[in-house]
Amino acid sequence: MSKRIVVPFGPQHPVLPEPIHLDLVLEDELVVDVVPSIGYIHRGLEQLVQKREFTEYVYVAERICGICSFIHALCYCQGIEHIMKIDVPDRARYLRTIWSECSRLHSHLLWLGLFADGMGFENLFMRSWQLRESVLDVFEDTTGGRVIQGTCKVGGVRRDIGQEKLDEMHRTLDSFEEQCRDLGGVFLNDETVKYRLQGLGVISKDDAYALGAAGPTLRGSGVAVDHRETGYAAYGDLGFKPVVETAGDCYARCAVRVRELYSSIDLIRRAIEEMPEGSIDVKVKGTPDGEYFSRAEQPRGEVVHYLRGDGTKHLVRARIRTPTLANIPALVKMLPGAQLADVPVIVLSIDPCISCTER
Amino acid sequence: MAFLKRSPWILHYDASSCNGCDIEVLACLTPLYDVERFGIINTGNPKHADILLITGGINEQNRPVVKNLYEQMPEPKVVVAIGACAATGGIFRECYNIAGGVDKVIPVDVYVPGCAARPEQIIDGVVKALGILEEKRMKMTGEAQAKKEPRLAAEAGEGR
Repeated sequence: MSKRIVVPFGPQHPVLPEPIHLDLVLEDELVVDVVPSIGYIHRGLEQLVQKREFTEYVYVAERICGICSFIHALCYCQGIEHIMKIDVPDRARYLRTIWSECSRLHSHLLWLGLFADGMGFENLFMRSWQLRESVLDVFEDTTGGRVIQGTCKVGGVRRDIGQEKLDEMHRTLDSFEEQCRDLGGVFLNDETVKYRLQGLGVISKDDAYALGAAGPTLRGSGVAVDHRETGYAAYGDLGFKPVVETAGDCYARCAVRVRELYSSIDLIRRAIEEMPEGSIDVKVKGTPDGEYFSRAEQPRGEVVHYLRGDGTKHLVRARIRTPTLANIPALVKMLPGAQLADVPVIVLSIDPCISCTER
Repeated sequence: MAFLKRSPWILHYDASSCNGCDIEVLACLTPLYDVERFGIINTGNPKHADILLITGGINEQNRPVVKNLYEQMPEPKVVVAIGACAATGGIFRECYNIAGGVDKVIPVDVYVPGCAARPEQIIDGVVKALGILEEKRMKMTGEAQAKKEPRLAAEAGEGR
C-alpha cells in the first residue's frame, strides 16, 4: 500500500465560487477518504429573527442565498401565512409559481455553466450563461432586480405582471425553449461530456435515500421525490411530475437538471395561460402565534423553514434546513474511489450552495 | 480606458456573502458584459492577481483566509469591496458572526454599493481600481528609481 497523503481542497479554489473546505485523503491519485469542514459563510441568520419583525425578515430570508432567493422568501412567507391562517389570492399563487420557476431556470443554467467550466468546457460555460441572461432580463422587467427580487411578501406578492408582459413572455418562451433544447442537447449527447461524466461519482438509490440526499442528487439516483408534487403555490392546479434518472452518476444528475429546464418552461407556459384575475395580496393583521414546518422545492432540493412565533411581532425561533447540507453526506459517499482530477466535477455535481448551507 | 496599459487579473473571494454579488461578478465575465475583451481574467491564484474582489461582511472563520489571500498577492495590488455587506455588513451587520465590512480586516481601495451590486457597477468599480493600481505602480517604480539612482551614481564614481 502506498503512503497516504492529505490534500486540502478549498476554501479558495478556482472551481468553487464559494468557500468550502475538503480534506482529501489520497493514495497516489485515488481518493480514499474525505473530511468536509464548513463554516466560512456562517452569518447567524436564524438568530436575526429576534431582531427583525416577521414581515421584515422576508428580506433577510431572500438573502440566505442569492441564487434561490425567491424560493427562500416564498418558503418563509408560506410558513407565516400558514401560522396566521392567511389565504393568499389565486393570482399571487400563480405569480409566485412563475417567479419560482424562473428562479429554477436561472439557477440550473448557472449550474450547467459552472459544471461545464468545472469539466473544462469553456465554450459551453459561456453559452449557458448567455442563455441565463434572458431569464434575468425577465426578472429585471417584472421585479426590478436581477438576482434579489424582493417581490414576495407575507400575504401575497408586491408586484403584478401586466397582461401585455405576460403575453410577451408567453411568445418568447418558444424560442427560449428551442435554445434550451439546443444547449441541453450538448450536455446530454456530446461524446466528450458523456465520457467525462458517465460512471463518475455513483451513488445508489438506497444510499442516496438513507443519507437523506435531496433534489436532483436524489432524483438522479432514481428516487422520485420532488416537493412540488405536494402542490404548494399553484403547483397543485398545474399538475406536476418529477424528473427522474436512475444511473446515480454525475451524468444522471446533470440530465435531471437539463430535463427540469424543460419542465420549468412548461410550467411557466401553463401558469401564464391559466393566470386568474384578481388582487395580488391581502392585508396582514395581527402577529404569528404558533409553529410550522414550511417546505418548498428549491433548484437544489427541498428546503425546510421551521418557524415559531409567540404572538409578538418578532419570531422566537427559525430553523432553516437547506438542500446542500442534506447533500454533503451523499457527497462524502461519492468521492472515495475517484481520481483527484475528477474531484471538482463530483463536488459540483451536487450543486453546492454554501451560503444556503451555513446561513 | 486610456490608462488601461496591461491586463489586470482578478481574484474573487466570497467572504460570507449571500452569493448574489458573486454570481454578478461571474456574470461580468460572460458574454453579455464580457470584461475579457479588456484583458481582465478571473484567476484562481492569488500570486497571479492584481485586483482582489471581495464580497460579503467577513465572518470569524474567513478572517485569516482573507488576510492570507491579500498577503499572497504581489504589489501593487488593489482591493474592491463589492456590495453593501462588504462595505458595512449590510443587512447582516447585526448578526453575531459578522465583522462588518472588509475594511475591518484589510485596506480597501474601492467600494461598490448595491444589494446585489449590478454588473455595470462592478465593472465601473474595477475601472476605478485600475486607476488606483496605476498610481500605486507609478509610485513604486518612482521609489525604485530613486533607490537605484544613488547606487548608479556611486558605481559610476568607482568606475572613474
